[in-house]
Amino acid sequence: MKVAVSSKGKDLGAPVDPRCGRCPYFVIVDTETMTAEGVKNPGALAGTGAGVAAAQVIANAGADVVISTLVGPNTFAALKQGGITVYGGVGGNVEAVVTKFKNGELQELEDPNAELDAGARRRG
Amino acid sequence: MSQTQTPRLSISVAAGKGGTGKTLVATSLALALNDEYPGQVQIIDCDVEEPNAHLLLQPELSEEAPVYVLVPQVNLDICTRCGECAKACEFSAIAVIRQAVLTFYDLCAGCGACAYVCPTGAITEVERQVGEVRVGRVGEQMDFIAGCLNVGDQRATPVTMAVKKRIDPKRISILDAPPGTACPMQETVEDTDYCILVTEPTPFGLSNLKDAVDTCERLGVPRGVIINRDGVGNQGVADYCAAEGLDILMRIPQRREIAEAYSRGETLAEARPEWRDDLVEMYKRIVEIVGSQSVQEGVS
Repeated sequence: MKVAVSSKGKDLGAPVDPRCGRCPYFVIVDTETMTAEGVKNPGALAGTGAGVAAAQVIANAGADVVISTLVGPNTFAALKQGGITVYGGVGGNVEAVVTKFKNGELQELEDPNAELDAGARRRG
Repeated sequence: MSQTQTPRLSISVAAGKGGTGKTLVATSLALALNDEYPGQVQIIDCDVEEPNAHLLLQPELSEEAPVYVLVPQVNLDICTRCGECAKACEFSAIAVIRQAVLTFYDLCAGCGACAYVCPTGAITEVERQVGEVRVGRVGEQMDFIAGCLNVGDQRATPVTMAVKKRIDPKRISILDAPPGTACPMQETVEDTDYCILVTEPTPFGLSNLKDAVDTCERLGVPRGVIINRDGVGNQGVADYCAAEGLDILMRIPQRREIAEAYSRGETLAEARPEWRDDLVEMYKRIVEIVGSQSVQEGVS
């Protein structure tokens, strides 16, 4: 399956960016082959509606799962309604968090864990 | 211009910094002009997020008209989830996340692009109320128009545009702008004949004044400055105006009696009647400035 990780860079070695709606990239990882592809997040530049734009690009990339740290209400609602599972609260680099996911160590988010536009007020 | 003809300008009153005295000046100017040119004046409160002119003018309202924007309604039976609407949307107000079609009305600008690009005609544009326009009268003769954006809604400009549509171009209009220099202020100031920028003579006032002057320049609106609370702060604003060739139209001194009057809901003209004459003289001076600019630009 494909997993999207909010990231500061475009590959497995890149650090996780904690802001799901406003991170610069998502790294899309195929969990079978552990191949990775970085896609730009249009939410990074958005004034409002960042989370919706992020969810759209995640869905377009064919991801079934999203892994991030802080997930705000727009991002969370859009992903959940689309049936995409969300994991939050993680840090480290992309490869490390995908491995944790494969080992069943991550907790699924039942609700958003960040405020609206919180990612606009920090640099990540 | 004939002696008997009322010079009919539209004047916006803006500032940049909030709390400088825009509403004080706008309402005082409107009342003074209404004395001079009875029945020829409209006061328009364009601060639709926080209208307050009514607190000073106590208008009698005759109409409250809803303001609508168009938002997309998706027929999920016809929709093929192709995602063209989401691609077309500049505001992320519509998204197709796998089989879910999601709309975010508070992000929607009502542009209609989604409905336009939909290949199956699954999107209908429907009305959503975002605020209202209030119309009435101050006293016997002065017309009052104000707008109010619904609490929780973000886009002020549809309400501002609806308010400005009610302006009678054949009479004098004084527009009280919102603070700042963003879209709501620009929508107010755009297409007015002149913009009075009210500032306080402090570094903060100067900083925001520069933004406001720049915005008026880009909008092509001639402008001048009123220094309110004259006596506080420093010479920065005055020096800036001199350097930029900006007219200082009036100086309102820092006086406790003005603040006290304002807090009772009274305007300048009511606090000190001689200011009524000063305000009318200022208007006549603005008429000359605008008139001579039109001649320079070859406009008849």
